[in-house]
Amino acid sequence: MVARCSQQLVPYLLLLPAAAFLLVFFAYPMVEAFGLAFAGPGGAFTLDNVRRAVTDVAFTPALETTLLLILIIIPVQFVLALAMALLVQAKLKGASFFLYVYAIPLAISELAAGIVWFSIFTDRGFINSLLVSLGVLERPFLFLSFQNTGWLIFAVVMAESWRATSIIMVILVAGLQSISHEYLEAADVFGATPWQRTWHVTLPLLKPSLQVALILRTILAFQVFAVALAVAGRGITLLAAEAYRWYNTYRDPGVAAVYAAIILVLSIASTLIFLYALRTPKEQSL
Amino acid sequence: MNRASRPHVSPARALTYVFAVVMALWILLPIWLIGVMAFSEQAGVFRFPKPIFPQPFSTETMLFFLNSTGVLNAVRNSLVVAGITLVLAIAIGAPAGYAIARYLFPGREAFRVIVVSTRAFPIVILSIPLAVTFIRWGMYDSVFSLALMHTALALPFTILITSSVFASVPKDLEEAAMTLGCSPWQAFLRVAMPLALPGLAAATLFTFVISWNEVFAAVILTVRNRTLPALVLASLSESPLPYRFAGGFFLLVPSLIFMLFIRKYLFTLWGRVTK
Repeated sequence: MVARCSQQLVPYLLLLPAAAFLLVFFAYPMVEAFGLAFAGPGGAFTLDNVRRAVTDVAFTPALETTLLLILIIIPVQFVLALAMALLVQAKLKGASFFLYVYAIPLAISELAAGIVWFSIFTDRGFINSLLVSLGVLERPFLFLSFQNTGWLIFAVVMAESWRATSIIMVILVAGLQSISHEYLEAADVFGATPWQRTWHVTLPLLKPSLQVALILRTILAFQVFAVALAVAGRGITLLAAEAYRWYNTYRDPGVAAVYAAIILVLSIASTLIFLYALRTPKEQSL
Repeated sequence: MNRASRPHVSPARALTYVFAVVMALWILLPIWLIGVMAFSEQAGVFRFPKPIFPQPFSTETMLFFLNSTGVLNAVRNSLVVAGITLVLAIAIGAPAGYAIARYLFPGREAFRVIVVSTRAFPIVILSIPLAVTFIRWGMYDSVFSLALMHTALALPFTILITSSVFASVPKDLEEAAMTLGCSPWQAFLRVAMPLALPGLAAATLFTFVISWNEVFAAVILTVRNRTLPALVLASLSESPLPYRFAGGFFLLVPSLIFMLFIRKYLFTLWGRVTK
């Protein structure tokens, strides 16, 4: 009986270190983030930090740019990722090579990706080299100038689409592979064109994967900062970049924690929105 | 790749190939370009228009970067942080992965859901409150503390990948070993472990990539003991172009090599979210 009892304890003992670790380094700092954000010097509740964060000149631009980037990047990435996933699934010769190449950016850091695209967009960079060599431009155009917010955002969008599309692609490929061939064959039997089949059969069946990818990608997008810093310097600012600045430059963990808390709240809110908007009704789930 | 020249390939098919190659180039070309910059002479980095091959090929820029103040030290810190992270994550994560793969117990599904959802959480942002805590505990600005943060970041992935690795090792083999007189621990060590080894190796490599690439927590939690990404980021605005380009390339390369080894496990990492 004792042996049986200890047998039942085995899985819990195996889980214990991981659970304890996540409690200390995940749950605790999460609570602490709100503690810091709302605590004054004596530890009493205060809205001072929130007020200082929100009234800062950079707050509104940071929030707007973060949201704007998400609104542009997510659709671009989903189109690209879907195209890549369908190409990988199209039974091409060398499909595994294409899959590997498309997945490469998964291992590329935000910072490295930012530097790569900085080398492309900077005033004496590769795009200007190309355009001047072709005679399109007479002299280099300053894409990454502080005055050109539009171009700065465009460059960051390119860098982020390049770096962070693969994660969506991998999730979608996994989703596509789990779709039963019977559905696709049925569509063929009923005379659907490949386009109709993709639009009316594949995509609806891919909804759970799309939902997961959307949630993951949006949450990651709220934390982006190194790409923007490497590409655009301080030409544009983002929520995570402000958190970094308040902590590192102004030495103010309280206000930095407010930014962290805002990112947490936005991430949770976007997750709930996607869970609701893309829910699969029980009777439809397969 | 030139299948289009074969007579029996339909135009639509040929177009699909063209499209696939274009997409591959879109990924590969920027990597090539930063490589060109990293292996040009320093003067070549400032040249305009820029060549698409290093002319001439030179390690001058790379050496300039590696010999810059603090870089070698930062590389060492990065390796140490990644090393500690890798050991901690596998030591803490693998038992949990094994439990999920092998045992049916109340709370199993709840734990799995928690792990899956922490993976999608903005964990990095938590480094600000953690920094305050580490200062209080006298653990601030240490590679070990940063490794703890990175372990929290990598742990969900380690648990998921190890659980699927152990699930793929047939349970019968372990049971057979036990009927032949092995204790459960011996059966695990001598039967399950060797079979799971390649998957576990992939999990550790992935942990390494996560830690090597991570920059937000690194730049918040360290001051003098910068990791490489933290050093490059913190000196971004005042560093010369050769430094930045060589740094970008140097950050990028290890991850590319590791991707080669772990590509088989990508779907275990990301694909099983929907199940």
